Amino acid sequence: MTEAGWVRIGLRAITWVILGFLYLPLVIIVINAFNESAFMEWPPTGFSLRWFEQAITNSTIVQAFVTSIVVALGAVAIALVLGTLAAMAVQRYAFFGRTSISFLLVLPIALPGVITGIALSSTFQTIGIEFGILTIITGHATFCIVLAYNNVIARLRRLPRTPEEASADLGADTWITFRRITMPGMRTALLSGALLAFALSFDEVIVTVFVAGAGTETIPLFVLASMQRPTALPVVNVVAFVLILISVIPVYIAQRISGAEAAGARI
Amino acid sequence: MTIDASALVAPPPAGRARRLAAWLHARPRLQLWLLLALPLFWLVVVYLGSLLILLLNAFWTSDSFTGKVNPFDWSLAAFEQILGNEVYRTIALRTVGMALLVTVTDALLAFPIAYYMARIASPRTRAILVVAVLLPLWASYLVKIFAWRTVFLGNGFIAWLLAPFGVQGPGTDEIANSWIVFSYLWLPYMILPIFAGLERVPGSLLEASADLGAKAGTTFRRVVLPIVFPALVAGSIFTFSLTLGDYIVPSLVSDAKFIGNVIYDNSALGNFPVAAAYSLVPIAIMLVYLLIARRLGAFDSL
Repeated sequence: MTEAGWVRIGLRAITWVILGFLYLPLVIIVINAFNESAFMEWPPTGFSLRWFEQAITNSTIVQAFVTSIVVALGAVAIALVLGTLAAMAVQRYAFFGRTSISFLLVLPIALPGVITGIALSSTFQTIGIEFGILTIITGHATFCIVLAYNNVIARLRRLPRTPEEASADLGADTWITFRRITMPGMRTALLSGALLAFALSFDEVIVTVFVAGAGTETIPLFVLASMQRPTALPVVNVVAFVLILISVIPVYIAQRISGAEAAGARI
Repeated sequence: MTIDASALVAPPPAGRARRLAAWLHARPRLQLWLLLALPLFWLVVVYLGSLLILLLNAFWTSDSFTGKVNPFDWSLAAFEQILGNEVYRTIALRTVGMALLVTVTDALLAFPIAYYMARIASPRTRAILVVAVLLPLWASYLVKIFAWRTVFLGNGFIAWLLAPFGVQGPGTDEIANSWIVFSYLWLPYMILPIFAGLERVPGSLLEASADLGAKAGTTFRRVVLPIVFPALVAGSIFTFSLTLGDYIVPSLVSDAKFIGNVIYDNSALGNFPVAAAYSLVPIAIMLVYLLIARRLGAFDSL
């Protein structure tokens, strides 16, 4: 080790200060969820569970939760199928324009979300497609494909081809080989891709604002709309608290599947 | 991987699916096209097609009463409005300035923590720190903005901290709030690539540098930084691009308008051609940024 003692101590101190910065807002959300004050006063004026009660009995919130889950499942399904197909094509075949495909896949997340949002919105309006759950799914699937693609192609690169060849030699056709050999090999990659895509879709708001239309509300849209109404803040805080709790799940699962790399792959 | 051997040893009778498989097997080009058809349809027709329609919208007019776009009614009015008004240039410069400021802030904050994680912390602490950085990344984007909003509020956390000094809280109008929140939101996107880059620096290289008489500062500048630089640029793609298009942070924690606000406000207010024309600004900036990033080798670190 080459670092001097004071460098090590200094870096350690800075590290903990930055971690404090990362966690301060989250801690305040957790505390405020139990804050009795109707105006989010700090320090909290007293302990109360009444905002939880209001959130659970609020049918708008429950409906938005359901919508968010349906949208995320739809986007994940499309992203997994398209991402896997693209990954198999790029990994296993040599063809003209192969490198452009990976660039094309990254583009929806490399360009600012507002661009994807307004582009899809202008297209739906120009063609005359009604806004609703399906348009949200379309928008989310577009930027989720790359997540499935990245996970699957990374796995395909590491998977040996020999079991597939052995399967073919033993008389299995393409479908059986895919179902019994390729698919089991890709399973955890598909799972972490699905996890990333689900989390991204469930949380997405920048594109969603453009493709949702008036009648459909996801959880992020609900939070966004309510944030500007001071009387709604305590209930929004409870939803925020629940969302923070939920966000632990994907990190935990990703750690279980393939260590920190998978969770770090979130873009 | 478990393989059910019985199914492989005794092939099923030649059904239609099997004949199709055999037929396809002899035609790799067709296989490739079958694989690519759906993804290409989505990316080219749905996504690139949408970008093209967005571009076309910039050259069309919209009905000033209903806000509906009149397709194929060609006009340069949207561009005239943007080029003729000082405000649009100010906002573009302000946004790019903010994106750069946030990128530099995050690089400065991310480097020490990434360095500590990669080279000083014990393996156990490192694993804990990686999870500790990942958790806020996965926490909801809006929740984090909401948290900062409550922190900035007139009766919120900062106001409470500052009260003993007789200083008022920042409220939710200051442009500096946007700087803090953007830097906060994208910090993990910068820490993780730099951490990965630093982990790849071989310890022997640093020792060699020290043995050859380089001071710590020199080793850092001439050995560590050049190796980590592509990772830093990779992280900067996120901090820069995400700031460039964001319209939610500025509208919730400050009152200064950014490029995203102009695009969103114009599309919401029915001035779609102006929104479409102004969208070309971040697209052009990002394409230039991505090209530069690629030259600096950032794509290998993504």
